[in-house]
Amino acid sequence: MGIVYKPIDPEKEGIEDLEILSEKLLSKPSPGSAGKTGTWRLYKPRILVDKCIKCGICWLYCPEDTIAWPYRGLPSINYDYCKGCGICANVCPVNAIEMILEGE
Amino acid sequence: MARRVLMGNTAVAEAVRLAGVQVVTAYPITPQTVIVERIAEMVERGELKARYIRVESEHSALALVYGAAAGGARAFTATSSHGLLYMYEMLWWVAGSRLPIVMAVVTRSIGPPWGLHSDHHDALTVRDTGWIIGFASSVQEAFDMTLQAFKISEDRRVMLPAMVALEGFTLSHTAEPVEMPDEKSVSEWLPPREPLPFKIEPGKAFAVGNTGPDEVTMELKWLAWRAMERSRFVIRETDLEYAKRFGLRSYGGLVEDVYAKGSDYVVVAMGAWCGDLKEAVEKLRGEGYRVGLLRIRYFRPFPWEELREVSQNAKAVLVIDRAVSIGHRGILGLEVSSAIGDRVPVKNVIAGIGGVDTGPEDFYSIVKTFIEEYESGSIEGWSIPEWYMPWMGVVSK
Repeated sequence: MGIVYKPIDPEKEGIEDLEILSEKLLSKPSPGSAGKTGTWRLYKPRILVDKCIKCGICWLYCPEDTIAWPYRGLPSINYDYCKGCGICANVCPVNAIEMILEGE
Repeated sequence: MARRVLMGNTAVAEAVRLAGVQVVTAYPITPQTVIVERIAEMVERGELKARYIRVESEHSALALVYGAAAGGARAFTATSSHGLLYMYEMLWWVAGSRLPIVMAVVTRSIGPPWGLHSDHHDALTVRDTGWIIGFASSVQEAFDMTLQAFKISEDRRVMLPAMVALEGFTLSHTAEPVEMPDEKSVSEWLPPREPLPFKIEPGKAFAVGNTGPDEVTMELKWLAWRAMERSRFVIRETDLEYAKRFGLRSYGGLVEDVYAKGSDYVVVAMGAWCGDLKEAVEKLRGEGYRVGLLRIRYFRPFPWEELREVSQNAKAVLVIDRAVSIGHRGILGLEVSSAIGDRVPVKNVIAGIGGVDTGPEDFYSIVKTFIEEYESGSIEGWSIPEWYMPWMGVVSK
C-alpha cells in the first residue's frame, strides 16, 4: 500500500501541520514579492500632465497598486512594478494616459 | 431524544439544523432539492439562524460556502449528479485550503440519458479531491453521518471537507423512523466552529492559494494526505463517542461488519442496497454458506486496514459495484483489489447502474453463483486483472 505515514500523536501532528499549512497556503502582500514585474511590460503608460484632471480614477483601477495619487494631485506610476496592462489608459475619462511601445 | 418518521432528505436537513449551520447555499437538483427546501423552511421559521443564499449554479454554491468557511462560518450545501460534477473544480480548492465544509450528495446517475435514479458514479468520480466521502445505508445513518461529518471535518487533526452520500430516492425520499438527540445536547457536543486553519476578516490582508512554487503545491498535497490518514482515527472515535453520548448505534467506524470477519466468503458493497444484500447473506448463511457482508461506510479515507483484517482468512472476496470505471473495472472493486488483491482473489460484479433494481433475490443469486463458481474451481487461480467481470441486470435487445 505504500503507507509511509502512521500518526503517532495525531493531535500534535495535526496542529503542527496546520501551522505549516497557513504558512504555505497564505501569502501576505508585499511590494515586489514576485520580483520586478515591470520587466513584463510591452506597452508603457505615460501620463499627459497637461490633460490630466487629477481625478484619481487611474489610481483606483490599477490592479497592481502601482499608481500613486496624492489626493487631488497628479498621479505617478511606479514603473518597477507596472505590468503595462493598460487599464489606467482605458478608464481615464479625459484620455490623459497614452500607451507607448516599450523602448521607444 | 426524539423519534420521528423522516425521509432521508429531511433527516439530513434536521442534522444541519441541530449542527447550527450558519451559511447554507442552495441550487436545486433532483433528488437533493428537498434538503435545501426543508432548510429554507427552517430558516424562514427562525428554527435555524443561518444565511440562506440562492446561487446561480452549483459551482457558485460551493464557491460561496468556501468563502463562508474561510470567514469562519459553519457552512453546508447539497447537490447530486451533474451538480456535483459542475462543482468539481471548487472541490479541489475547498479540500486543498483545508476548510471544513459538509455537503450532502444524494447520489444520482450521470447522463446520458438524463436519469433520476441512483448509482454511485457521481460521488465516486470525485474521490481524489481530498474530501472525506461517507456512504449512508439508512435514513438514521444519513442523519448520524451528517451530524458526525461536522465534528470530523472540523477536528484539528483533520480539517478536511466531508461529503455524505445517500442514495437517491431509496434513501432520500423514503421515510423511516429516526432517533434524534435534542438541540442542547448536540450543541454541547458540537460547539461553534473554531476559525481554523485561517480566518479571513477585515483589516487582515492575505491571499489564499496564491501562485506558489512547485514545492508548495506538493507540500500542500502531502499535508492533506496526512490529514486524511489521521481522519481514520477521528472517524472511528467519533462513531463510538456519538453512540455512547446519545445512546445511539455505533456502526463500527469506517466499515460495518455483518458476519464478515472469519467468514470464508466476504461480500463488499456500499450504500442503501446493503440492506437487501444483508437479507440475501442471512438467507445464504441459513443454508449453511459461510458468507458475510462488509459494508464500506467511508470510501475516503479508504478502509484498507479493516479490509485486510476482515478478509485475512477468507477464500475469496466479491465486490458488488454500483459504478464502473470504463476501461477498467468497478470503482469499488478496484479499490478493494488495491487493498487486498495480493492476498485473496477479488471478484467484481457491476449492478444497479442508473438505478436498475437489484433486490434481495438478485443478491442471493449473485452471491450464491460466486461461491459455487469458486468452490467448483472455475474462478480459482485467476489473478488480477485477467478474470471476467459480469454485469448484472443489463437488458439488451
